[in-house]
Amino acid sequence: MWQAFVRWFHKWSSPKWFYTMSQPWSFWLGWAATLIIASALVWGLMFAPVERLQGNSYRIIFIHVPSAFLSQAIYAAIAVLGLVGLVWKMKLAFFVAKQCIPVGASMALLALVTGAIWGKPTWGTWWEWDARLTSMLVLLLLYFGLWALHNAMERPESGDRAAAILALVGVVNLPIIKFSVEWWNTLHQPATLKFTEAPPMHPSMLIPFLMAIVGFYLASMAWVLMRTRLEILQRERKSRWVEDELNRFAEGQ
Amino acid sequence: MTFLPLLKSVFRREMQLAYRRRSDLANPLLFFLIVVVLFPLGVTPDMTKLADMAPGVLWVGALLANLLSLDLLFRSDYEDGSLEQMLLASLPPTSLVLCKVWVHWLVTGLPLTIMAPLLSIMLGLPGNALPLLMLTLALGTLSLSLIGSIGAALTVGLQKGGLLLTLLIMPLFVPVIIFGTGAVQAQVAGLPWQAHLAMLAAMTTGSLALSPLLTVAALRIAVGD
Repeated sequence: MWQAFVRWFHKWSSPKWFYTMSQPWSFWLGWAATLIIASALVWGLMFAPVERLQGNSYRIIFIHVPSAFLSQAIYAAIAVLGLVGLVWKMKLAFFVAKQCIPVGASMALLALVTGAIWGKPTWGTWWEWDARLTSMLVLLLLYFGLWALHNAMERPESGDRAAAILALVGVVNLPIIKFSVEWWNTLHQPATLKFTEAPPMHPSMLIPFLMAIVGFYLASMAWVLMRTRLEILQRERKSRWVEDELNRFAEGQ
Repeated sequence: MTFLPLLKSVFRREMQLAYRRRSDLANPLLFFLIVVVLFPLGVTPDMTKLADMAPGVLWVGALLANLLSLDLLFRSDYEDGSLEQMLLASLPPTSLVLCKVWVHWLVTGLPLTIMAPLLSIMLGLPGNALPLLMLTLALGTLSLSLIGSIGAALTVGLQKGGLLLTLLIMPLFVPVIIFGTGAVQAQVAGLPWQAHLAMLAAMTTGSLALSPLLTVAALRIAVGD
């Protein structure tokens, strides 16, 4: 059983297998994400109860928190994939890491924008030079730097490795974001969801909230898989099977 | 050759090269001067307001001047091929990188630190904050040079690396400038500043330990192509 799983898992490291297997995976993940996010948002925005202090404005958490989670989780994934690529010289890890960058940057941008929109009614300001906000902005800049480094390199292989090194350096920012609300006195509230305690939220808010988080995870995975498929086609364009695949597309048109 | 004489010869070579490109050395210092002069002209000539801003202005100026000079850290050695030879030599490459970064600090970070008192008087910074300002700048510029060497190594193979270097490295400089200015501002305000200084020193020692490894890895990518 375990052996079979390991063999199945290892197959993903071949670009051709990844390309073939990721098609159904991205399809089903994408649909599952759409359904979960849609129902979480309908529940959260329309049926969840009004919050005692913030009124209706709290409802932005159903977008703000999942996107902030994802922006950090994706950065961590980029760093791990970069390390895997550097250590085991696995090119597929680099492909996935590269295509995680735009997804993570979008999530970071979404978290910052929704945070600003939420900040206006609750804190009375769009922006505050607060530790959590600043470290999230740094995260967005790191994403931009990674993408720029990929684009600047003439050989994509050196771009892969250079970006992996930069991603590893940038990992120091993740604990800073996580603990910024505890180390400094900030406007931003501390974490609500913790692994060690029961969440202090009523189930009627908590369930759509958790659904939105799961939905954002699934949507990001589907998005990364789809982007990686194109990256594989581009980077492996000289291999035989990609030529066949592209010819198949051309004939299908 | 054994380790120490080899290291000494690398150090002597770096210092000699720096001495022969004196105008390159003067540029960051002049840049620092001009950036600092722009603030009273652009924001306000009011001395009390300037004194509040002084630690931040001096730190931003020093950071930008440091960034400006980082692009040259490995470039000429890369272009004439000597970098490749140095990486192949029997000297451990991390010590080579440390030596180059140390010289970079000696010829930019240290002069910037020495220049800071003059400029801080022009900005009306209280005199009792001067020793701490110089200490944070000395520690901070070393940390900036160390962190920046990673970016310089990543962009050394690119024709137009300068602007990209800024984009890559600036986010990583943020913590250094926060704690550097934080210490001086706390002292001016009469608050305890030791914690900020300790964080800054921790970042400097941390980057001293880790950044040479990453710089070497990045240089190998550039040289390998």
